[in-house]
Amino acid sequence: MDGSVMPAPVAVGQPVVTLSGVGKRYANGTLAVQGVELAIGQGDFVSLLGPSGCGKSTVLRMVAGLMAPTTGHIDMAAGGQTTGDIGFVFQEPTLMPWSNALKNVMLPLRLAGVNRGEAADRAADALASVGLAGFEKAYPRALSGGMKMRVSIARALVTRPRLLLMDEPFAALDEITRHRLNNDLLTLWQAERFTAIFVTHSVFESVYLSRRIVVMAARPGRVVEDIEVKAPYPRDEVFRTSADYAAHCREVSQALHNAMGE
Amino acid sequence: MSVTLSANEAATAPVEIQERRILGLTPEGWARILMPLLIGLLALGAWEWAVRANEVPSYILPGPIEIGRTLIRDWHTLQVSLWITLQITFAALSVAALLGLALAVLFAQSRVIEMSLFPYAVILQVTPIVAIAPLIIIWVDDVRIALLICAWIVAFFPILSNTTLGLNSADHNLQDMFRLYRASRWQVLMRLRLPTAMPFFLAGLKISGGLALIGAIVAEFVAGTGGRASGLAYRILEAGFNLQIPRMFAALVLISVTGIAIFLVMSLISHLALRHWHESAMKERK
Repeated sequence: MDGSVMPAPVAVGQPVVTLSGVGKRYANGTLAVQGVELAIGQGDFVSLLGPSGCGKSTVLRMVAGLMAPTTGHIDMAAGGQTTGDIGFVFQEPTLMPWSNALKNVMLPLRLAGVNRGEAADRAADALASVGLAGFEKAYPRALSGGMKMRVSIARALVTRPRLLLMDEPFAALDEITRHRLNNDLLTLWQAERFTAIFVTHSVFESVYLSRRIVVMAARPGRVVEDIEVKAPYPRDEVFRTSADYAAHCREVSQALHNAMGE
Repeated sequence: MSVTLSANEAATAPVEIQERRILGLTPEGWARILMPLLIGLLALGAWEWAVRANEVPSYILPGPIEIGRTLIRDWHTLQVSLWITLQITFAALSVAALLGLALAVLFAQSRVIEMSLFPYAVILQVTPIVAIAPLIIIWVDDVRIALLICAWIVAFFPILSNTTLGLNSADHNLQDMFRLYRASRWQVLMRLRLPTAMPFFLAGLKISGGLALIGAIVAEFVAGTGGRASGLAYRILEAGFNLQIPRMFAALVLISVTGIAIFLVMSLISHLALRHWHESAMKERK
């Protein structure tokens, strides 16, 4: 990490996404999500935290437009409807095995009709920004789990989206790699100023990363608590061992415990 | 602003392990070639010995040496027939590959088309070719075309069914990603479904290569066309009538060699197309 990022309070702007009374009932009758009211401000880093089955991934997929809510509605700020304004990182790297890293990252641009040369340049920049300069020609098979996830993040960021949605992206990685990717994600977030919605079931990860944690409970999936993490950015390993961090983790753990105990 | 890759993550980057090679092949690679060859030579030797020791007449069972000699002596006639059989086989295989692929793409675009047509493809597949070959030969004036149709019917199904399966096997998350970026149907087909179907298509092609040859031979048997322009199957029939058993074996050897060659060519194509990414074409690790 270079030291150019100055500690500064995060300025959270107008909502980019607003969920009003959002509910989702699946075709088989399961009520996955009920009555979610949520406004996510420009430039914020929000975690959706909850036990499995609390509908956090469902909420994320509805925000992405991959799924329509059965009740309520989701409003995007102007521009939110255009292609490439949303980046999505799946739990698995979800790369095309037949294409090398560069071509994988080029995909969103190529689908949007950007010509090959420009797409290649921008994709190479995106790969470099996640620390993968020199790996353009590598096929996914030859990359480690952490590197594949980096390619996936580069692909999500290559269109310079205003909103980055992440669905437990680091859940399958070992702890050391996960910590590194957490740090790198924060660096990218501060540099690129996108709004981040991060789904996780890890209290520690959510406290370390987020400015705001939305705790959800299951059966039916709903929002039970909304916690602000007041620690300043940039956060680093010092924060990870601070009393402040521990206190926040305790608070969020308690909230999660309450959510699951209900 | 960019982040740097940590040392322990980068350590998992691919490393080429240099293995000991003799004339471009690893010792294991040589064993893989030489061992079956050795077994084959031993078997041929035993065959030759058995024929000589028991003084088996050549119209019952010729020895390998005599078959080899016949192969060289009759090479001119056999080579013409081989060429004809090869032409029919490859024409049938090409048509099967193109039509199979095209139809699979059509099936993938519409569930209704797949539901309405697939059963007929199955019927075509399960009907024994020997049973319908006579009909086709009656209906189609040009014998070559009739043979081509027979070989095509046999070779067509594996490509169609494999490719259809492959086109429907695209990763769910990748499909979501294409949706997220509002990819058109065409883009999804070209950039996601066809690449996913590639290994399936090639596996089908590998099966169909052998089947096309069998189809061509079976149809030739049924057609029984004489004259100069006839394939290897007719040479076998003809040799059988004339009790030229060594010649019959020589034609049989050519058919087997052709079948093996087709399989090797298909395997090579498959390897070249998939070597960068598909498990089946990867060298074994460790």
